[in-house]
Amino acid sequence: MIAASQPRLRRNSQTLTSSWPTRISLVVVVLLLLLVIFGPLLTPHSPTAELGPPFARPSSAFPLGTDYAGEDVLSRVLVGGRSVILIGGIATVIGYLIGGVIGLVAGYQRGLTDSILMRGMDALLAFPPIIFLLLLATGFGNSLTALTLGIALIHVPGVARIVRTAALETSVRGYVEAALARGDRVRVILRREILPNIWGPIVADGGPRFTVSILLVAAVNFLGLGIAPPNADWALMISENRSGLTLNPLSVLVPAFMIAALTVSLNLLADQIARAHGSSVDVQAMRR
Amino acid sequence: MSATALKVRVKLRARHPLVAYAFRRTAIAVLLIALVSLIVFAATEVLPGNAADQILGRGATAAQKAQLTRQLGLDRPLLAQYGSWIFGVLHGDFGQSLASGEPVSTFIAGRLGNSLILAIGALIVMIPISVVLGTLSGVRRGRPVDHAVSGVSLALIALPEFVSGTILAVVFGVTLAVLPPTSIIPVGSSPLTDPKILILPILTLCFAGSAYIIRMLRAGVVEAMASEYVQAARLNGVPEGRVVRRHALRNALAPTVQVVALTLQWLVGGIVVTETVFAYPGLGQGLVQAVTARDIPVVQGITVLLASFYILVNLAADMTVIILVPKLRTEL
Repeated sequence: MIAASQPRLRRNSQTLTSSWPTRISLVVVVLLLLLVIFGPLLTPHSPTAELGPPFARPSSAFPLGTDYAGEDVLSRVLVGGRSVILIGGIATVIGYLIGGVIGLVAGYQRGLTDSILMRGMDALLAFPPIIFLLLLATGFGNSLTALTLGIALIHVPGVARIVRTAALETSVRGYVEAALARGDRVRVILRREILPNIWGPIVADGGPRFTVSILLVAAVNFLGLGIAPPNADWALMISENRSGLTLNPLSVLVPAFMIAALTVSLNLLADQIARAHGSSVDVQAMRR
Repeated sequence: MSATALKVRVKLRARHPLVAYAFRRTAIAVLLIALVSLIVFAATEVLPGNAADQILGRGATAAQKAQLTRQLGLDRPLLAQYGSWIFGVLHGDFGQSLASGEPVSTFIAGRLGNSLILAIGALIVMIPISVVLGTLSGVRRGRPVDHAVSGVSLALIALPEFVSGTILAVVFGVTLAVLPPTSIIPVGSSPLTDPKILILPILTLCFAGSAYIIRMLRAGVVEAMASEYVQAARLNGVPEGRVVRRHALRNALAPTVQVVALTLQWLVGGIVVTETVFAYPGLGQGLVQAVTARDIPVVQGITVLLASFYILVNLAADMTVIILVPKLRTEL
């Protein structure tokens, strides 16, 4: 068993770093994560202070110029990736927790519980994601909690479906029956026997889901319905500085470049991880 | 019983599963739309932020607020409010906009056409390009063409519409100054009177949309090209071009219907962001404005409409596939 699984592991790690686009995207993702962690320590000015005239061209004091409110673009770029990555990450994790529990219970209990849970999932899938988030924004206003939970809910049906299928497959294997015969409780069986065995598809699915979360947070922020000014956010910067495009183009182009670098490289990486797990999950299918 | 009567009965019974399937799916779709309308109503009305506050603003006294609340019927039980709202919706009355006072149906009708023009324009550009590139990439699997097409489409898929739209506006609208960077049109006139304003929004939608179709189509063609019937056709000496057109593509019909359906569903979200980027007066931009102004009747009307469209596309796609591919009927 061990001898057979080792070459497979090596092949996986090879595919992960063998192609140039993947290596570059790995570097970009790591750099951006470092920027998000340490960026706030490097800001030359306060990201939310009015320091000069609006839309000033780059100068020695403001290397990327100023924005619509006379704030320093560089400082705002350095802290502007936080919200997207944090909210996207937390939403994805919550989506996995809720979806995972629902999928495990549905797959393990089967019968009526299963059909009720899965029909409920169908109802959630009936909304286009961005419309669902706009609806929540109407009810709750610019609430980041509502945004996070909304994105988590968007992931729940997909996660539940994957986990349920995997749980259905695993629950008929010998080790689950053995645990049942031992007299283990349902909760223990779910956690100790089933969960470890369905880890693969969950990991393969995780990268694309994180990318989707980030794309959704960014879209809502861009529409002005997520994080509120004067907070710095890459997507919000694109819309709030749009009117000064001719005066200081960098105030729009730099944040646009940052967000594109993040989502594109994350997607290339996620695709590679999914392939290494023999899966073909697609970001767009989740974005719908 | 005569032989013909028996034949008819047998025929009817043979067709029965498909009809039953159609009925079941339609019933589920209707139920889903009802459920969606309930969720839309609940999310906008139950949650904090009474419509009376929105109309009166911050300076209103408690008495004024109470009076308006009574006038709008907001003091009635929620289910009763939902009942009168849904009754109106079924008769084409979506209520009145809190911001402008005009009927929501007029608001929607004015913008629906603009959104349709944008969406149809995007599909017309998107589909031929994607079909050619997707097929080429699938047939030449592993060759440089495939690497280039697959790589670029994988990158484009994750590019947010507001980023690609903004970059297009900067390049063609500001730097080169050959196209208008925004697509504002005078109230009441059609975007078709000045088609130039449609180019950048359509290009923006095509960036992400065609990347999506290309990837799905490529996967379908790769699968079909590896199949036994394609091998058999090749061994029989059928020319390669004919193998692709006659055998591989024909069998990719069902996945293609799914691709079209998913693209239509994706467009619902895509137009919201794209229209906002270019300030194009369509349904999506109208929705964003209404959400920002918390114009609840407008939000309810547009979201119910878009979600219903989304559900109906799904229903139509499933029905088309089941009619096109008899093999799938065994699972009914």
